[in-house]
Amino acid sequence: MKLTINNETYDVDADGDTPLLWVIRDNLGMTGTKYGCGLAQCGACSVMVDGVVTRSCVTPIDAVEGQEITTIEAIENDPVGKRVVEKWVEHQVPQCGYCQSGQVMAATALLKEIENPTEDDVEAAMVNLCRCGTYNAIHAAVKDLAEGGAS
Amino acid sequence: MKNLKLSPSQQDQFPTGEPVNISRRRFLLGAAGATTGALVLGFGLPVGKARAQSGGEVTPGTRVPAFLEIRPDNTVRLQSPFVEGGQGVFTAMAQIVGEELDADPKSFVVESAPAGPDYLVINNQMRITGGSMSVRTSYDTMRKLGASARNMLLQAAAIRFDVPLAQLTTEPGYVVNSSTGQKVPFGDLAEDALDLPVPDSEGIKLRDPSTFRWIGKPVDRLDIHDKATGKAIFSIDCAVEGMVHAAVQHAPRLGLGVGNILNETDVSAMKGVMSIHRLPGAVAVVAERWWNAKVAAEALQVEWVKRDEDGSNIRHMPDDFSTVAFSDHLANQTGNGKAGEEEGDVGSAISNAATTVEATYRSQFVHHGQLEPPSALARFNDDGTLDVWMPNQAPEQFQSQIAGMTGLEASQINVHSPMLGGFFGRHFLYPEANPYPQAVQLAKEVGRPVKLIWSREEEFLRDPLRPMAVVKFRGGLDADGMPVGLEAISATEGPTEGIYGHNPDSIDPLALEGLTGKKYAIANRRIAQIYVKTPAMLAYWRSVGHSMNDFFYETFFDELADQGGHDPYELRMQLLQSDERLSNLLRAVGDLSGGWKRGPFTAEDGSQRARGVGMASPFGSESAAIAEVSMQNGDVVVHDVWEAIDPGSIVNPAIIEAQVKSAVALGVSQILMEEAIYENGEPTARNYDLYPILRPDQMPNVHVRIVESGAKMGGIGEPGLPPVLPAIANAVSTLTGQRVRSMPLSNLRFES
Repeated sequence: MKLTINNETYDVDADGDTPLLWVIRDNLGMTGTKYGCGLAQCGACSVMVDGVVTRSCVTPIDAVEGQEITTIEAIENDPVGKRVVEKWVEHQVPQCGYCQSGQVMAATALLKEIENPTEDDVEAAMVNLCRCGTYNAIHAAVKDLAEGGAS
Repeated sequence: MKNLKLSPSQQDQFPTGEPVNISRRRFLLGAAGATTGALVLGFGLPVGKARAQSGGEVTPGTRVPAFLEIRPDNTVRLQSPFVEGGQGVFTAMAQIVGEELDADPKSFVVESAPAGPDYLVINNQMRITGGSMSVRTSYDTMRKLGASARNMLLQAAAIRFDVPLAQLTTEPGYVVNSSTGQKVPFGDLAEDALDLPVPDSEGIKLRDPSTFRWIGKPVDRLDIHDKATGKAIFSIDCAVEGMVHAAVQHAPRLGLGVGNILNETDVSAMKGVMSIHRLPGAVAVVAERWWNAKVAAEALQVEWVKRDEDGSNIRHMPDDFSTVAFSDHLANQTGNGKAGEEEGDVGSAISNAATTVEATYRSQFVHHGQLEPPSALARFNDDGTLDVWMPNQAPEQFQSQIAGMTGLEASQINVHSPMLGGFFGRHFLYPEANPYPQAVQLAKEVGRPVKLIWSREEEFLRDPLRPMAVVKFRGGLDADGMPVGLEAISATEGPTEGIYGHNPDSIDPLALEGLTGKKYAIANRRIAQIYVKTPAMLAYWRSVGHSMNDFFYETFFDELADQGGHDPYELRMQLLQSDERLSNLLRAVGDLSGGWKRGPFTAEDGSQRARGVGMASPFGSESAAIAEVSMQNGDVVVHDVWEAIDPGSIVNPAIIEAQVKSAVALGVSQILMEEAIYENGEPTARNYDLYPILRPDQMPNVHVRIVESGAKMGGIGEPGLPPVLPAIANAVSTLTGQRVRSMPLSNLRFES
């Protein structure tokens, strides 16, 4: 099966029902995308598929064949993603950092879809779990981006 | 197009969290050679067996080369005795060492130190990353270490330029000749400095704190960009050449072992399956890919049978164990227990009191729920050594256990401690709750390196629990409504006695901390424990005994205040009159919240709200919190938490603020919704769907004030948590008129 990830096409030797997460991590060796729950509960595995945030732990690879997949490894190649990372650094968001690939991915997807999201937009989009409780910092960073800090 | 069948050379490039050649090191800092041309302070210090195993020959925290490498580009590589897991300790270590070395923390590259006597910097005899101990117990040692390194660089420069030492000084990263103005980067002097003896740390002069550039400042964390871009390497990300993957299916109850496997042949034929293994209390599948291993491991139909008493330190889980019944079992305990703290005569104080108050409080079991599932990567090397990468909060303890199970010498076992994807007490040694013994056994059986990952479901099945307690309080008030006696008898098991065994002649102080150690002027007190052994495996959990005991005490305190007709904030203030530190702290949190305002009151959005207050004295620090709550559709909403913390003195205020917010989040999560429930000996929840943890929309706005009283330095990672729970419980009681005497609040029904 052929998958397009971060603008590269890969010929992947895996069954079609294999979750995208494990192909990215094990077959491709890109470990920035994290396994947390395997049930689409936590969001640590978030990637973008055609710009839409997607939980790769429950996404079989045959569902994303031919689509543009973006992982955290390429986030700074995306102008919006780059600004999100900058704000994550400015607001010193991560603690343990394990969920943060997914958090950055969710924020990037949100801002690519809605340039100036409202409070409700942010609440609806930023739903990934963080056991360290960096939610205040995430919120501050996204608010900063939503209010034009991104540009 | 890329072909995904990786060649070994490609696999070599996989991250292991440390340079790849470290595993075969004969030198403590053998990995330093990975940097071409590095002039390494540490290179050439062989760690002989005797030295490595005997703490007696090494004074921990003194051998500069064991900690520091200064590279030609002037970056400083520091081996941190403490593991980074989000608490910011790598940055704090760089600040402390950098301050005395005279090197900007920004120029530091910090890694977890290997196991070894040099790193036993807690009271010069041990180390764990836990107990909120890292910075406060190593602060002086790490300062001296930085100062020693600076001294060695100065001496090296004095020799090289043949000038008196007194003529030399430093500025960040450079030795400066104050007569000529000539500057030499530390990186150019590092090799010469290596040949010099490490100065006697006793005679080392430390910097005047009033001149600190980095200690006490909100220095940016060193790991943020890597963590925002997926580059940080956790145990679960580690990989080595030739590695295969493994997954397990655990017995549904601890104490069961593997009987017949009914479909072994079928599972052997599943995609990617290489082999099936029988482990103590589990079956494992090894495969080329973890997903294949996991699917196959879960497909195995195992007849679980009672395990023999095999000497392992596990508790055999009864098949009728129920957490609801166990809570009642604790509540049905009678007697006075064994006192952990006693002052005056509480019996007669309460008998003679004008008013008495009695109440029973309950807590629940909770999971750690760290987002990174446990994993371990084990590799036996041709030279007889063994490398293990695993999340751990105590490298020497893990090394010693692995030595015991493999028959290897400790010095043959290289423990790698990658960043932790959260820990909260999860990654200490707990019998059969860490995956490394399985990974080591599998690596031995398959003859290849094995990375074992526990699925979230396997993790929740084997995660050892924060203890449960039922506390019976009695309080006595005088005619003015002032407390004259307080008794608390907790039926519980402390985590330490749970893990290492109960000593009937003593008390596990962690069982009662937070009931004990209160500073209110109540003349007659008795805090006691009735020891009740728990059928489940127990663990440390962020803030340990304080994670429930301050909830009990401080919430009952409000009952006393209400019965006596006193405002709970004012009563605390009155009973802390003679304690300047705590009076100031309570005032600080009141001020931070805009002045104490109990309510109920109507908020701007029209909702009815109330506030509550709680205090705690955990881990050498003092903390106080005020919470504001409302009710929405029967659920408690926590809007704001104001918290003041006094750790005595500080290293990084930004990290402290982040840690307090983090601790608040875990506290809010625990009291609102967390509860590990067992029925028929098995957990009812094995993932976040049925064990919910705090979501972003449930997070209060947290406001932090740091109070530096100048008292002895206290801890930071845990002390923020305990006061939040009673602050919320007390606010809910004020708002609803209903007493909150148990957690989580999601189990309670409120009338209003």
